[in-house]
Amino acid sequence: MRTPEGLKYTKEHEWVRMEEDLVYIGITDYAQDSLGDIVFIELPAEGDVLASGQTMGVVESVKAASDIYMPLSGKVKKVNNALLDNPESVNENPYDSWMIAIEPTDASELEALLNQDEYKKLCAKED
Amino acid sequence: MSQRLIFEVGKPGRKGHSLPRCDVPVRGIEEIVPEEYLRSSDPELPQVSEVDAIRHFTALSRLNYGVDNGFYPLGSCTMKYNPKINEDVSRLAGFSGVHPALLDCAVQGCLELLYRTDLLLAEITGMARVSLQPAAGAHGELSGLMIMRANHEQNKEEQRKKIIIPDTAHGTNPASAAMVGYEVIEVKTDSRGNIDPAELRQLMSEEVAGLMLTNPSTLGLFEENIIEVAEIVHDSGGLLYYDGANLNAIMGITRPGDMGFDIVHLNLHKTFSTPHGGGGPGSGPVGVKKELVPFLPTPVIQYRNGQYMRDYEQPLSIGQVKSFYGNFAVVAKAYAYIMSMGAKGLRNVSKTAVLNANYLMNKLKEHFYLPYERTCMHEFVLSGQTQKEKGVSTLDMAKRMMDYGFHPPTVYFPLIVKEAMMFEPTETENREVLDEVAEILIRIAREVEESPELVKGAPYRTPIGRLDEVKAVREPILKWTPPRKNNE
Repeated sequence: MRTPEGLKYTKEHEWVRMEEDLVYIGITDYAQDSLGDIVFIELPAEGDVLASGQTMGVVESVKAASDIYMPLSGKVKKVNNALLDNPESVNENPYDSWMIAIEPTDASELEALLNQDEYKKLCAKED
Repeated sequence: MSQRLIFEVGKPGRKGHSLPRCDVPVRGIEEIVPEEYLRSSDPELPQVSEVDAIRHFTALSRLNYGVDNGFYPLGSCTMKYNPKINEDVSRLAGFSGVHPALLDCAVQGCLELLYRTDLLLAEITGMARVSLQPAAGAHGELSGLMIMRANHEQNKEEQRKKIIIPDTAHGTNPASAAMVGYEVIEVKTDSRGNIDPAELRQLMSEEVAGLMLTNPSTLGLFEENIIEVAEIVHDSGGLLYYDGANLNAIMGITRPGDMGFDIVHLNLHKTFSTPHGGGGPGSGPVGVKKELVPFLPTPVIQYRNGQYMRDYEQPLSIGQVKSFYGNFAVVAKAYAYIMSMGAKGLRNVSKTAVLNANYLMNKLKEHFYLPYERTCMHEFVLSGQTQKEKGVSTLDMAKRMMDYGFHPPTVYFPLIVKEAMMFEPTETENREVLDEVAEILIRIAREVEESPELVKGAPYRTPIGRLDEVKAVREPILKWTPPRKNNE
């Protein structure tokens, strides 16, 4: 299972990448592997303002549907709508398949997220 | 073996009927029906002879697998055998020949059956009255939650808009809650499979309408803190909702009403042996404690002055939730079941269901990971995670079971158990069947060790092999298209 360095992670298996002023959000390799083949993705609309912990979308696999949660609060600036037609790319390249990019309300919320080591430990515990 | 569609079997001009020449004047359809409602082309109907039609549907029926064919351990679905006496009773002319619009005085027998079933189910669940209207489990949930909402509104507590649901719940629970406008709060299950009372206490507030609970849970475990859980919810003014999916484990032993539940829904097509799934229709009665009786759907069946009657005069009622009085014939089957089993019989049903599940669990637990090591109730959950490490998933093993002639268990549910397999053997299986099933599952576990590729390619002996499930979801073909249209 890949857990790249330099990203931040959540307990709910989202990854977060800071790039210039935007924060890119996707789901981890662990998440896609547990879900199995993803068949549908639902994402918020550009301009939506969502609080940390709020549901930002849904991923549905042949096994189950799961909510995706906001790792931190912010305004949705970009939505990767290309994923909607190619949900399998989340299975193939979870870390390249960002779902939304947000402008964080409070960038210091990033500090509270898990780092690579902490997230690896979490996954090991859940196995 | 490939099964052709009936559309592909026929030839233009073939037919299964031969009608006499019409001996009255013929009027054109356009004289009778306004033009806007007329279709411009002929419908694409199959053109087959009678024998072609019979062979086609008989062949399809032979591909079916049901509880009359064999073991069907779909967890939390209670796929128990449906005794045929139920069918005899529901087909009695006095039941099957009546029209639902008949006056009360003309259908006293039917109303009496409804009234008696209402009281029997109330007795079994510890409720005051039961409405038999809801047509299925989720419909019962919706009706029950509407009753909960009506109660809070009556008490001027409209702010109660949140509902607490455990992470093991059936997906219908949060869906029904959302349908009545409630916000769902999830409560986690602890390592023993119970709700953590401390966490529940924190979640309770004056905004919480109630807690929806399945007991035993979908882990097949009895909620050990149920009395404390009920107190916590009631102390903050919430109500307790009992999802009756798993009532088969406790009949005649304990009752939701005695545990503190206020509202209950049952599934007659699970616990009370009426046909389930494609063999439906279902029936999801909703029962309530005395204080909530005024909110039950109307009509309520009453017995007054020696007459049974449909009572619509209930000002606080949530109203009618199904046309006429629900799926009456299903209720008649459940009544036949309850009366033929009797009180002791129903208690034995639950005891045997629990015994069968524990017997199978104990035979299997050395071969598959058992995440909650407790005495189970009428069902149990194993995890295929040991096999998954060898590259074989629970889905693969479930498919392999079909090669051995058995229906697979529920898989990948409850969501909190990885690679979950939920088995509910039900009380109607004998020991030989359980032994055979255990032997097959142990053989599959051995196949995973010795020849994993074999299991990953299963099934081989079914009419159709492994389906591409991803493609089926992403690009489903939902209707037949005439071939010539493809060429156009």
